[in-house]
Amino acid sequence: MSVTDLSARERSLLPTELPLALLDKNGIPVDDPALEMPADDVLLELHRRIVIGRRFDTQATALTRQGRLAVYPSSRGQEACEVGSVLALREQDWLFPTYRDSVALVTRGVDPVQTLTLLQGSWHLGYDPYAHKVGPQCTPLATNTLHAVGLAHAARLKGEDTVALVLLGDGATSEGDTHEALNFAAVWKAPVVFLVQNNGYAISVPMSKQSAAPSLAHKGVGYGVPSCLIDGNDPAAVYATVREAITAAAAGGGPALIEARTYRIEAHTNADDAGRYRDSDEVAAWLDRDPLDRIERYLTGRGLLDDARRAEIQAEAEDFAASVRDGMNAEPELDPADLFAHVYAQPTKALRDQAALLAEELSS
Amino acid sequence: MTTAVRNQELSMSAALNRALADALEADERVLVFGEDVGPLGGVFRVTDGLTARFGEHRVFDTPLAESGIVGTAIGMAMNGMRPVVEMQFDAFAYPAFEQITSHLAKIHNRTRGRVELPVVIRVPYGGGIGGVEHHCDSSEAYYTHTPGLRVVTPGTLGDAYQLLRDAIDSPDPVIFLEPKRRYWSKGPVALDRSGPAMDRALVRRPGKDVTLIAYGPMVATALETAAAAAEEGWDVEVVDLRSLSPFDDETVTESVRRTGRAVVVHEAAGFSGYGAEVVARVTERCFHHLHAPILRVTGFDIPYPPPKLEEHHLPGVDRILDAIARLQWDDEVVGFGG
Ligand SMILES: Cc1ncc(C[n+]2csc(CCOP(=O)(O)OP(=O)(O)O)c2C)c(N)n1
Ligand SMILES: [Mg+2]
Repeated sequence: MSVTDLSARERSLLPTELPLALLDKNGIPVDDPALEMPADDVLLELHRRIVIGRRFDTQATALTRQGRLAVYPSSRGQEACEVGSVLALREQDWLFPTYRDSVALVTRGVDPVQTLTLLQGSWHLGYDPYAHKVGPQCTPLATNTLHAVGLAHAARLKGEDTVALVLLGDGATSEGDTHEALNFAAVWKAPVVFLVQNNGYAISVPMSKQSAAPSLAHKGVGYGVPSCLIDGNDPAAVYATVREAITAAAAGGGPALIEARTYRIEAHTNADDAGRYRDSDEVAAWLDRDPLDRIERYLTGRGLLDDARRAEIQAEAEDFAASVRDGMNAEPELDPADLFAHVYAQPTKALRDQAALLAEELSS
Repeated sequence: MTTAVRNQELSMSAALNRALADALEADERVLVFGEDVGPLGGVFRVTDGLTARFGEHRVFDTPLAESGIVGTAIGMAMNGMRPVVEMQFDAFAYPAFEQITSHLAKIHNRTRGRVELPVVIRVPYGGGIGGVEHHCDSSEAYYTHTPGLRVVTPGTLGDAYQLLRDAIDSPDPVIFLEPKRRYWSKGPVALDRSGPAMDRALVRRPGKDVTLIAYGPMVATALETAAAAAEEGWDVEVVDLRSLSPFDDETVTESVRRTGRAVVVHEAAGFSGYGAEVVARVTERCFHHLHAPILRVTGFDIPYPPPKLEEHHLPGVDRILDAIARLQWDDEVVGFGG
């Protein structure tokens, strides 16, 4: 069967064979792009936020070595997705992140210490989801996809102009909840954008063992969800694609699925040994496709960025890292009474008794 | 809100339907959805007529996926709605287990109370209807073992109405277990909310000699047993727990201290069952008042039997009377016999 045998509807849902991009790995604009290049101020902001996000990420990794974080899943190498997708959100839109997406959270404006509360181990979640319209980070894979669909559907019922962006990994696309979420979103025409960060691995398991689909974007077709495949290391392409999907969803066009091909440069977490399942040549090849280099080269080539401005941004990133360090070096305020306070809206009698028991133990 | 008490002859299914209708009427944030709950009205007709009355935006069929139903209900609740979702049968709620235990039960705690999830999951529950495999599970212990969930089950028609209204108004997520063998039992129902709070147990029948502790489908069986026991000279008190989690220690303890004897009855398998928790906590609180160990009359420790054999499995009047008889009335030590 050739592509021409497909119906117009099917063709409209299918991703392209090659990932869509705006900038090649050297920061040179691609010929005849299928996407619209973001405005210069957007590109500059993408660059700035990637610099800051990456600095945050290295700082967090460093904090694991000092024992300040129990664990940290780095998104180094994935910043085009982490930053590009979040900057594409409008203020009224929601983000539904995973454990991998701390950089997306700080880009959205969540306080960095509150972002790291979970990984610090001082509470299960540090931020108020309503403050920045960021759903609770989900560790159980793909479960956040359904929260996004529910929130977006409710927004439509209420007549609100809200789109939900949900982040998930390649491995998470194998979970049942991803299937259910794509299907619910499609049937309900819910304004949801699914961004799959295909970083090649689910911990140690490579894509070849995860899926036999031609691409993960193809998974949308069966649900009637328009899908596209993009270069996930191209910040301009991620921004443009997510923005377009948000605009379409907000206009009543329903959900979209985006597969962004990227790569996690660090191990799965600081506790993982990536040498057991991938070789350094592979990592080197992806370092050559670095998202920060790419946008920096483009902006520098265009004369929009010079050394002085770069130094300014770097200094800003250092300040940010210092504030993260300070925040994380401060002993977290822990109150054992919190263990009982929020299990229910009002603590039950049994929980009040147990809280009293613990308080008595602690005071003796 | 109607203030006049409407005392009508209704089935439990119809009483639940009235509760949903009144909740939909009272609060526009209430949404009802699940499998076949729309035009069909649910396989047990609990949502009968609601789509026609309230429109497809508020009462609707979903795709067939239980995790999807609960997961999207969580998202809707985050966005200010009060979803009331239906699982078609108890055993078909299991695909939603991850969303229920990992998120529905935890997000309020994770967010230190910033995110409330007032979601009600209605589960047609228990046996006794001749259902084939997977249609008759008693799954309460899975839920009661999960902190953050409230678990409620009505044993009477009046409670079917009131507890469902209370569950929908609760700021906490509620697993609402509907005893499906009682869906079609009819009687006069006062459609009001004059009973005690959702987390309180109720003495359904006062008695002096022994406390029968029951809930959901077993409340009627316990009351029947009490009537039969009266003929044999035992004055049996029946406590209907109503709320399985949290547990109303006060009401139950007060009763057992008074009677000095107790039997816990449930359909679910006994091993690691809900009754074990009841026995433990009541014993901890009533030890010096007890004249005999508290006994349990439960389903056997087997997968739910096929319809033609289920009568052997379900606790009935005779088996409960036997347990009452073994409560050391003559000060002789009697084993459990099982
Ligand atoms: C339901 C579930 N199963 C297993 C895990 C353990 N686990 C955590 S991350 C991970 C790999 C996920 O891979 P992917 O979705 O590709 O995301 P990535 O970590 O690469 O960002 C696994 C198996 C989990 N968190 N949740
Ligand atoms: Mg991955």
